[in-house]
Amino acid sequence: MLFTKDKPLDEVLESLGAESNIFLLACNGCAEVCETGGQIALSAMKTELEKAGKNVTGTCLVDFLCNKVLVTTRLARETDKIKKSDSILVLTCGIGVQAVAKVVDKVVHPAANTVSLGGLQGLWPSDERCQACGDCALDYTGGICPITFCAKSLLNGPCGGAKDGKCEVDSEKDCGWQLIYERLEKVGRLENLKKVYKPRDYSKMLPSEDLRKTSFYDLEK
Amino acid sequence: MKLSERFKQGKFVVTCEVGPPKGIEIKGLLDELEPLRNKVDAFNVTDLQSSVLRVGSMATCRLLKDKALEPIMQLTCRDRNRLGLQSDVLSAAVLGIENLLCLTGDHPKLGDHPDAMPVFDLDSVQLLLAIKELMSGKDMAGNDLQGQPPQFCLGAVVNPGADPLEPQIIKMAKKVAAGAEFFQTQAVYEVDKFALFCEKVKHLNVPVMAGLVFLKSPAMAKFMNANVAGIHVPDEIIDELAAVPKEKRVEKSMEISARLIRELKDLCQGIHIMPLGWEKHVSGVLELSGF
Repeated sequence: MLFTKDKPLDEVLESLGAESNIFLLACNGCAEVCETGGQIALSAMKTELEKAGKNVTGTCLVDFLCNKVLVTTRLARETDKIKKSDSILVLTCGIGVQAVAKVVDKVVHPAANTVSLGGLQGLWPSDERCQACGDCALDYTGGICPITFCAKSLLNGPCGGAKDGKCEVDSEKDCGWQLIYERLEKVGRLENLKKVYKPRDYSKMLPSEDLRKTSFYDLEK
Repeated sequence: MKLSERFKQGKFVVTCEVGPPKGIEIKGLLDELEPLRNKVDAFNVTDLQSSVLRVGSMATCRLLKDKALEPIMQLTCRDRNRLGLQSDVLSAAVLGIENLLCLTGDHPKLGDHPDAMPVFDLDSVQLLLAIKELMSGKDMAGNDLQGQPPQFCLGAVVNPGADPLEPQIIKMAKKVAAGAEFFQTQAVYEVDKFALFCEKVKHLNVPVMAGLVFLKSPAMAKFMNANVAGIHVPDEIIDELAAVPKEKRVEKSMEISARLIRELKDLCQGIHIMPLGWEKHVSGVLELSGF
């Protein structure tokens, strides 16, 4: 199971910035167990966003957001609401956020940090990878993870080694930053590239004491 | 002397890349650089260039310093975490090194130890910021450094031939904000394209040194076109080199390089020569170009 923790609300609101119409999407799989997803978290987030003056254009609960077929089919019913929204706030793990970004051309925001991949991972369909860094960066990178997609896990932009859009390490592999650039251009968020990322806090990757004390963690030992 | 002083003097700055040997015999390299004294402002000493194990940049820089040749220590993020990098920056200051060029570094997979762990704890922007912090008397964790803080002139790199170019320029702006005082570029062969790049980065108000790799053969040019990111040697230049008999190739190559320097001179603030083994020809090319 993938363990997730809510991002601090301030951080979520900061990332939503001036966007006022938000579509809420929550996972009913691992995230529901961690209480970062599921109906309860979804309703609570709706209340918080409305309190902050946001208009929640719609909500949707999907069993496994890491399953792109499931996400595409389920969201097809919400097309009109999503089209009217500025962005989608996704209540799930890093893989789920990446899967949603892959199938919907909208700005996506993660509402949680993935802190441990646990014993059993969620679906791992193709390119979406999560390193459980504990400080999800998908917000500013168009839902494409720079940590797992870039061979050097660079946070502040491409290295200059990519050739014809392919990574210097493997000419068959796309340059993660090229994909991020194209995606941000597509969703009109190129200014996100200007964000200066501070060095990562690797201590966030260690399972925290409170996480180690949960029964779920014990179950997977 | 800090390279920034040279730019302040309004000088067109010339730097030359130096690759330390694979093994401890270093006298040959130092002797080869001797003729460049007074012709080159500073020598960039690479940090395990192409991820191939060699003598380190810091030791080589110090040996240059001992010979009163100005070194620029290259520092990549590939092999050291933030503790190692900060410590090496302090060590460089202790050894009297005044110029640091901060770069991401090639991936280990490209070199002769492809099984090594790629570190990249920091990226090039974060490395510059960390050094800026050290220069203000604090380490990255916010702890005070004892006594006088180190002072450096910081440089960075940019690839003007990258496609798309926009993310490179955005990152370049981040590097300027993080303290980079000059930029060296990937090798340039298309002067028009480079002029457009210079126009696009003019607002950053930072000296740019155009990169120049000596073309040893048409095959080398073709190889770079096929394999090196952001380098494009136009067909006319390859044909020009291919048109002369082999024994005249060095002469022709030097002529091409000198011409490029003359053409690039008005567009930027300096030239960064990467001779890749042709150190002995640097002096000749500079003379041909009018230095």
